[in-house]
Amino acid sequence: MNPILTVAAKEFRDDFRNRWTIALTILFALLALGIAWFGSAAAGRVGFTSFDATLASLTTLGAFVIPLIGLLIAYDSIVGERDDGTLLLMLSYPLARGQLVAGKFLGHCGALAAATLAGFGLAVAIMQWMQPPEQMMQAWLQIGRFIFSASLLGACFVGLACLISVQTTDKSRAAGLALIGWLVSVVLFDLALLALLVISGGNPLERAVYPYLLLLNPVDVFRLVNLTTLGDGAGNDLLTGMTAHHTYSPTLLYALLLVWALAPFAWAMLAFRRKEI
Amino acid sequence: MNHPIECHALAKRYGELAALDGIDARVPHGQVIGLLGHNGAGKSTLIKLILGLIAPSGGRIEVLGQSPWRAHALRRRIGYLPESATFYASLTGRELLDYLARLKQASRTQVTTLLERVGLAHAADRRIGTYSKGMRQRLGLAQALLGSPELVLLDEPTTGLDPQATRELYRIVGELRADGRCVLVSSHLLAELEPHIDGALILRQGKLLAAGSLHALGEQAALPAQVLLRPREPAMSELIARLEMGGLLTQTRPDGRLELQVPRASKLRVLRELLADPAVVDLDVREPTLAQLYDWLGAGPPSTTEVPA
Repeated sequence: MNPILTVAAKEFRDDFRNRWTIALTILFALLALGIAWFGSAAAGRVGFTSFDATLASLTTLGAFVIPLIGLLIAYDSIVGERDDGTLLLMLSYPLARGQLVAGKFLGHCGALAAATLAGFGLAVAIMQWMQPPEQMMQAWLQIGRFIFSASLLGACFVGLACLISVQTTDKSRAAGLALIGWLVSVVLFDLALLALLVISGGNPLERAVYPYLLLLNPVDVFRLVNLTTLGDGAGNDLLTGMTAHHTYSPTLLYALLLVWALAPFAWAMLAFRRKEI
Repeated sequence: MNHPIECHALAKRYGELAALDGIDARVPHGQVIGLLGHNGAGKSTLIKLILGLIAPSGGRIEVLGQSPWRAHALRRRIGYLPESATFYASLTGRELLDYLARLKQASRTQVTTLLERVGLAHAADRRIGTYSKGMRQRLGLAQALLGSPELVLLDEPTTGLDPQATRELYRIVGELRADGRCVLVSSHLLAELEPHIDGALILRQGKLLAAGSLHALGEQAALPAQVLLRPREPAMSELIARLEMGGLLTQTRPDGRLELQVPRASKLRVLRELLADPAVVDLDVREPTLAQLYDWLGAGPPSTTEVPA
């Protein structure tokens, strides 16, 4: 077997063994079902109602949770081996350093994608069984798109975690950087954009730039993939405010997510090749 | 035939620090060679260069006929036991060897055989997290033997092993030697290592102090043999006077035995005379040890006043 696949299979199995994958599957299923069931509680009723509203809430929640999980499962992938003293042993085997990073990246991405598919897939299956929405085919397409984009979003942050793991010398520093990465991409980036929007006071030229600024953050790209396809009123306020007069090509958005997934990972591979062991 | 390891003016620098400087050495097939030196002497750097994990800053190194730097396929022919081996605690011993055998493209049927060979068959399906340090070390030896490597590098292999496990380890090392493999053992435990090695590479502050068979190194050092004599009581003072006159006596031990340092050149003549001497009841000859040779070469850690190279 190719060494990359050997390492990936081991990491994938480890994530199952450490209960990461199972815990995530349950978490995703519970979140999806909870949002679907209680999403309209404020309006005085519970039960499965609008699938669009459910997916909009899931997207908002996924944009918070999935990057954090991607970072958490992979931040110690290389620095952890260094701390535990297994890195030298692994590198004494016939595999290139890049292959070790690639195997770990693929294994963790696979585990996260499996948990996303199983968790959200299970939730939608239960929703359909309890109270099938009228246009179930459309719902399955939307949830399929959500699962695919969520897996890509997870890969973006697994890649970032691999980069952090290669560039740091101890696990605690890597964990700190991972949390900073999460905070910047999930919270601070949007806040900064919002501040810019307020300060610019609706300057037409600057307003034209905002839709492109959003593409610099994979979390916003993930939101755009899912929210811009939903019915009116289901979108998020910041996004609808900024992108009201802009339409994005879905292909471009998926391509961007892919680039965001591969760029930090490729950087991690190159950096690890040059690292003094 | 090429030597498994050949170094020519090999150097490795980390910024201003010369970790290895101008190493010229050859390690032959079918021998067990001790890699000796204090902490910071350059042993780990040499091992990393042999494994191709770092590039030389100068000179050349060839391992099994090729440059090891980034030669990934070459590592299939090398086995390595790192110092204080730690492994994935959540895997079982068998799972770890299965995983590493896949990476090395070694036959998976070897896994069971190797676990039996290092005495871990009974714990093969237990998690490594439950292993004692000695068991982990034996697992480390098993993984180093995956794929029947031509060159085996053992870094402090007996750390944490009890005396019986240490004997077992050196028995396996002996089998590797008999099989024509080359084994390089890095260790601080000179007395333990001495009976099991054919030769030594001795490093100090990145330089090669000495290299060769133990016999040749002993000849080169020409260290005196130590002789312990038990004298016959009535004739004791006369014997001591004679030995002092010959410049052989170094001290009288608390148990009453006399300690002599006999130069290599006159050893046989002196021993014959002592055996024929009626004042001698018993004698015991001790050849210079590896530790004495090591001290003689000045291979110990540098003193604080010394300026590093």
